[in-house]
Amino acid sequence: MNILHRFANPTRFQRLSKKIEPWVLVLMLLTMGSGLYFALFSSPVDYQQGHIVRIMYIHVPAAWMALFCYTAMAIAAAISLIWKHGLADIAVKATAPIGAAFTFLALVTGSLWGKPMWGTWWVWDARLTSVLVLFFLYLGYMALRDAFDDPARGAKSSAILVLVGFVNVPIIKFSVDWWNTLHQPASVIRMDGPTIHVDMLMPLLLMAFAFKFYYLWVMLVRIRQELMAQRIRALKHRQAIE
Amino acid sequence: MASFTGENLSCIRGERLVLEGINFALEGRGAMILTGPNGAGKSTLLRLMAGLMRPSQGRLLWNDTNVSDDAAEHNCRISYIGHADAVKPAFSVSENVGFWAEMNGSKGHTPEQAMTSLGIAHLADLSARYLSAGQRRRVNLCRMLTSGADLWLLDEPTTALDSETSASLGELIAAHRHKGGMVVISTHTDLGISDAVSLPLEVTR
Amino acid sequence: MSGLSVILRREIRLALRHSTDSFMVVGFFVIAVVLFPFGVGPESNMLARIGPGVIWVAALLAAMLSMERLFQTDYEDGSLELLVLSPVPMELTVCAKVFVHWLTTGVPLILTAPLLALMMNVPFEAWPVMLASLALGTPVLSLIGAIGAALALGARRGGVLLSLLVLPLLIPVLIFAVGAIDAHLMGGGAKANLLLLGGVLLGALALAPWASAAALRQAVAS
Repeated sequence: MNILHRFANPTRFQRLSKKIEPWVLVLMLLTMGSGLYFALFSSPVDYQQGHIVRIMYIHVPAAWMALFCYTAMAIAAAISLIWKHGLADIAVKATAPIGAAFTFLALVTGSLWGKPMWGTWWVWDARLTSVLVLFFLYLGYMALRDAFDDPARGAKSSAILVLVGFVNVPIIKFSVDWWNTLHQPASVIRMDGPTIHVDMLMPLLLMAFAFKFYYLWVMLVRIRQELMAQRIRALKHRQAIE
Repeated sequence: MASFTGENLSCIRGERLVLEGINFALEGRGAMILTGPNGAGKSTLLRLMAGLMRPSQGRLLWNDTNVSDDAAEHNCRISYIGHADAVKPAFSVSENVGFWAEMNGSKGHTPEQAMTSLGIAHLADLSARYLSAGQRRRVNLCRMLTSGADLWLLDEPTTALDSETSASLGELIAAHRHKGGMVVISTHTDLGISDAVSLPLEVTR
Repeated sequence: MSGLSVILRREIRLALRHSTDSFMVVGFFVIAVVLFPFGVGPESNMLARIGPGVIWVAALLAAMLSMERLFQTDYEDGSLELLVLSPVPMELTVCAKVFVHWLTTGVPLILTAPLLALMMNVPFEAWPVMLASLALGTPVLSLIGAIGAALALGARRGGVLLSLLVLPLLIPVLIFAVGAIDAHLMGGGAKANLLLLGGVLLGALALAPWASAAALRQAVAS
């Protein structure tokens, strides 16, 4: 665990993150640019859905990010609770709005995709429903974190919540799939299009990486921001004593 | 003889550093009085000693073993009086005292002995909703007497107590020490505690 | 085990002396269900179709409303930190509190459900499965609700926050419980759903005391 504790030092983190940040930004722009180009122009058109299928290149990576962020939060929450790692705690706080935003993006793009496909703006298929429940888990975390006057209490309480929620995610997913198979008519609806051809796989992966670099870049900025906010709060506490 | 020591204790509460570099050593029959202005960390230190909080740095040792290694064991040997009195209005006085006596293993005085020592035996069957603040504090102190704990931790125990009860408390503390127990107390009242070590705390900058 | 019986006796005694709490939970349960015919119309077949779901959602909400008092008074009068400091393991204390909470919330809901099933025109043949689903599901509500109650102790707007945190986690309970009743009514067996519900109950029994105790220790450490 020495590696982790080396990065607990805020000043060291600030220096390291300033060095990495421009590279991450460049990588993000490259992958995002090429991914979008392939997604919107150069990849094949689905014979059934036409150009609408291109929403998949945003929708699917966004849904992956929704789960990726929650997993990252769970790991960081465990580290912050077990080893009392200050930076891990900030990482959980910083990830939540990003994860919630990607979840929301997945829901909106899913809905936009659904309208031409099934004629309605919302449909209760298993995947969309699971993502909706995940969205509530994110909102619950952010609400709990902010509900305490003592920030340390809010941090620890919400960390436990993330872990409890994480244990429940497979159960929720399973139960929603179960519910969906019981209630869906026989036709099979597949949201990630036909079998993934490499022409479609590449832009999908590019967009997935683009989103991950975006996440990393925003995280670096937000963690630095939170470290500075902590410093300001500490100074204000000292002001109250004097 | 048991020993209770604190080494280089620091504690962050909220986001504030409340205690820094606190050291102390206490032995059987010993008493320690915490002094200092408000915000100096007296309550925090007592809560650390009770095991409600973990120190951010440093350690607490009982007979040279770290207290946090076996929290359950530590729970058995301490009794803590905080600011609130944990008295249930729906219960009678004897039900309140009896519950905690049983929860803590019935190792100390019996509830009846405790209530007599603190002068509330005549209130035994009275519902606790009719008690004054001083009487509720005495019910809480009964809990400490029935616990049979080695280490007594008291945070401003004489608030709302009259001088007669404060004197009784002083005598009970002396009796406890005579049997080998230890006491750490934060108080402004003179309880007649002899041979006490004083630990002055300051507001940390 | 004697520590468990001490805390059990205390909780039961407290519950008996504050017995109006249970009536309020039942009252809310009934009112919530009764609102539905006013909202969707009194047509019998439709009420029968949505009945199991409505009863279960109302049970969920009624349980959530009563969760806040699980730890709140002990937290406020200083008993909670003394419970954390007592020789009795906190996990056991939580189990005792949750059990008594179920006795005063879950059991009244189970006993009231037949009345509501009657009003919602749910067929008699579904009643045994409905009661079985409530018997298995209401303890889960108390267990998972306890985690939420412990986490939200001392928070602003704790009651609403608790519901926001816990209701998403209870969606599987709702799915399996209503699934059992619907499956039985449609001729298939309720067994699969009830077994899954039982599995969720076992999982909650393992997770909730431990997570709640951790949250409670954290609450008194501030």
